[in-house]
Amino acid sequence: MNLNYTVRKFDAVIVGAGGAGLRAAIQLSEAGYKTAVLTKVFPTRSHTVAAQGGVAASLGNSEEDHWHWHMYDTIKGSDWLGDQDAIEFMCRKANEVVVELEHYGMPFDRLDNGKIYQRPFGGHMSNFGEKPVRRSCAAADRTGHAMLHAMYQRNVKVNTQFFVEWQALDLVRDADGDVLGVTAMDMETGEIVVFHAKATIFATGGAGRIFYSSTNAFINTGDGLGMAARAGIPLEDMEFWQFHPTGVAGAGVLITEGVRGEGGILRNSAGERFMERYAPNAKDLASRDVVSRAMTTEINEGRGCGPNKDFVLLDITHLPPETIMKRLPGIHEIGVQFAGVDCLKEPLPVVPTAHYQMGGIPTNYLGQVVVPKGGNQSEPVQGFYAAGECACASVHGANRLGTNSLLDLLVFGKSAGETAVADLKNSVNAHKPLPQEAIDKTLARVDRLNQQKDGADVHDTRLTMQRTMQKHAGVFRFKGMLAEGVQRIGEIAEQVARTQIKDKSMVFNTARIEALELDNLIEVAKATMTSANARTESRGAHVRDDATDTPETPDGRDDKNWLKHSLWYREGNRLDYKAVQMKPMSVDTIELKKRAY
Amino acid sequence: MAEDRKARINRLKWHCRRALLELDLVFDRFWERHEGDLDAQGEAALERLLELQDHDLWALVSGRETTDDPQLKQMIERLREVSPAANFE
Repeated sequence: MNLNYTVRKFDAVIVGAGGAGLRAAIQLSEAGYKTAVLTKVFPTRSHTVAAQGGVAASLGNSEEDHWHWHMYDTIKGSDWLGDQDAIEFMCRKANEVVVELEHYGMPFDRLDNGKIYQRPFGGHMSNFGEKPVRRSCAAADRTGHAMLHAMYQRNVKVNTQFFVEWQALDLVRDADGDVLGVTAMDMETGEIVVFHAKATIFATGGAGRIFYSSTNAFINTGDGLGMAARAGIPLEDMEFWQFHPTGVAGAGVLITEGVRGEGGILRNSAGERFMERYAPNAKDLASRDVVSRAMTTEINEGRGCGPNKDFVLLDITHLPPETIMKRLPGIHEIGVQFAGVDCLKEPLPVVPTAHYQMGGIPTNYLGQVVVPKGGNQSEPVQGFYAAGECACASVHGANRLGTNSLLDLLVFGKSAGETAVADLKNSVNAHKPLPQEAIDKTLARVDRLNQQKDGADVHDTRLTMQRTMQKHAGVFRFKGMLAEGVQRIGEIAEQVARTQIKDKSMVFNTARIEALELDNLIEVAKATMTSANARTESRGAHVRDDATDTPETPDGRDDKNWLKHSLWYREGNRLDYKAVQMKPMSVDTIELKKRAY
Repeated sequence: MAEDRKARINRLKWHCRRALLELDLVFDRFWERHEGDLDAQGEAALERLLELQDHDLWALVSGRETTDDPQLKQMIERLREVSPAANFE
């Protein structure tokens, strides 16, 4: 092996500069700790930018609201898989983190009296599910973008050190299981550096690119999840993915629900308005999960469209062109750009599309990464923290409410940063020595890629993985398909282990970066497929055809056997489980009941 | 020189990894078609566009906003070029 590396020492290293990473960094830098933030792209180009809806907080600026009501909505949304202590913590902290953000300069929309304007959002209700409440705080339709800017500026002010265009490679974990930093590659030079730190925080976002159809940007490759899995950390609840019914087939770009609201009709290959069979009253306006399931059934039963019969059509050709152009701005251009279709004359090809990952690296509400050890199901891993979409606190459980993702990254980004600060204050010792074995593993992985001959093509292998995930573990799941999917993903993982790159150059070698990203994606794919295959109930976003609706298992949800979190381990592709925390911090448990809206 | 161009193109390509999927897809298509014929002027125009914030860039590429800058205008037209058989695999 001819790879060299250098070592750089920091108090803390944060991987990822989206909302969670930037929020955590503020905490550490303000406390005076030497903090490095590694990021693949410039911080304000992180995927948090795509979040438009807003951030939930029971400020009560327009009408009465309470964190307890928000907590109830979040638990119900999670289909009772969320941990009630973490959910109480998040909802109680919401006002504080939103006001802080305001002080950082976030340009929230305002009421005439100067207070933050709040709008209603799906699933957020007052008085324990009674009626919709205005809880979402937004900055026009650029909430995520404005948030990142405000927090980036704050970090610059407090001297956070950014390493922009660096690819994190592996977690450095010693024989005691403690985390001592990460290895990373400078994309500009190909240089490998060990970031030796007392605190390591992962804020790497989601891994939506495991699916063929995904709304996620290309950077969302689950790098933190892959690194954690390779270092022996389990991944929690990875079977739970939120899907949107209408993404452009083959591209993933979202077509807003407003299109069906304006009269858009879903049709199969025979031109039939199939939603009339599945939801005779609501038809095309049925809820997201009902529409997604109906679409999948049409495709699975051979009534899909196109050469591969793998999408359905969203038809708005009967609507007056001026209505489309006025009420649905942007849809025409999306059709032209991403489907090659003029939607005034032809229907749009659509498929259910992956949007958000509820599972992730297991953490508690303090942002510490926790694993089962001895008799304790949630023992903190020393020196390791995670927040945002890559983490599973677990506040979203089996399904996430809109506007709770931005809240999650603010609350748990801050929490992870605060806990790391407290741990650093208590640690009087110098940095623990770096384990050579962990560093050698990284070097061997990069060297394998550089030396591989007669290997698998990265692009082709990734595409095969994405198609397999979409087909076998999509929005509606089937016993036989899942079992077959586990086997197929296992075979694809063998291909990933022998990917080959032709370009061996050092400067911004995108082929090498994509191969390293695929190493991470495949871990998430295995975790998702394996966890989904094992969970034989339907809950939240995980919906199985064979989970039957009985009085004991309403809508297929089996609390007796499955009210528990999945933990997937890379070694042996094995599963373990841990109990859901049903006891909140200060209030009574929100008792189990059927989730109905 | 050839090595220099390759490094420059690789850097530009990485800077085309954006926060919004829409832009990722547009740039993916652009590189597939134009990697071979991108001249120095084109590189400069692209570099300037890539400095923009993602929402502003998408507003230009999707035609919601326009620019009077002739260099940028030309590059945006190339980014907007589509064929009937648009395929994003």
